[in-house]
Amino acid sequence: MTETVLPPLPTVDGPPSRWRRFSGEWAADRQAFAGASWRKAMMWIFLLSDTFVFGCFLIGYMTVRMSTTVPWPNASEVFALEIGGTELPLILIAIMTFVLISSSGTMAMAVAQGYKRNRRATALLMLATAVLGATFVGMQAFEWTKLIREGVRPWTNSWGAHQFGSTFFMITGFHGTHVTIGVIVLAIVARKVWRGDFDVGRRGFFTSQRGGYENVEIAGLYWHFVDLVWVFIFALFYLW
Amino acid sequence: MHPVASQGTDHGHSIRLYLLVWGWLFVLSACSYLVDYFHLQGILRWSLILLFMIVKAGLIMAVFMHLAWERLALIYAILAPPIAILIFAAIMTAEASYTFLTRLNVLAGQ
Repeated sequence: MTETVLPPLPTVDGPPSRWRRFSGEWAADRQAFAGASWRKAMMWIFLLSDTFVFGCFLIGYMTVRMSTTVPWPNASEVFALEIGGTELPLILIAIMTFVLISSSGTMAMAVAQGYKRNRRATALLMLATAVLGATFVGMQAFEWTKLIREGVRPWTNSWGAHQFGSTFFMITGFHGTHVTIGVIVLAIVARKVWRGDFDVGRRGFFTSQRGGYENVEIAGLYWHFVDLVWVFIFALFYLW
Repeated sequence: MHPVASQGTDHGHSIRLYLLVWGWLFVLSACSYLVDYFHLQGILRWSLILLFMIVKAGLIMAVFMHLAWERLALIYAILAPPIAILIFAAIMTAEASYTFLTRLNVLAGQ
């Protein structure tokens, strides 16, 4: 694959306006995403499709919650934990949120270090991101175990509307799967960075393509998306 | 900024900005947690939750995902299609209300 370098759009007088450029990029029989590489454009399009998957899950959750005549379980109490003798509402979810945001921060730093071609710093920051992600998955496993022990099933629970269990396991399970895949991807890319694959242009084991430090940014896009989805789940499922 | 030269990769990698956004994400998450902790209810609760959610999502997309430095063609290709999700949500709101009222009717008749 070669990157196509395009000449600038023809100008009549002065540089083209924002909107002139926008219409030109889409209409003038040109490569639409000229600024982004095909790898990055494909990742964005994948993330867009994933947005629709999570969007449909959240809409499904909204629909069953709005249409049930049985009261919805109070998330604040369901997810409360007793720490040091005091009952703290939703504390586990809050800690999970902070862990995921921390991982987003280390990921952003890794991308910045990647573009400075700091091999070690990039790999270590990515590894820190992966560890934080694994911590998140571990806490989610703890949360699932606790709820299953308390009798929550996809078809029933003891606090209220039965749809609570089905939407909870579907939405958090799908998100947890995404985090797990992200941890694996981060570990693979971090290993490549550490080994210097992107400095010497070594070909990848799967695609036989030569990667670059842009791969760090693309892995980062996926990771930030996982964090982004959690922002919506946290607000709409746990806090609502 | 030249339109073709802007790669989205050579801008915005200032550590300071990332730390600033990182800090704000922590503050906003803490705020949304406090909404629950202090048992705020009603319109105030919903509007605060949605406000914090949208600001956090915007910060992550604009700065961490570098969308602010991408070209308009890409930005609109990403941001325009999710409008369909909002329309879908609006349709399903009407549908869910209808189901709810039907259920109330049937249950009242029993």
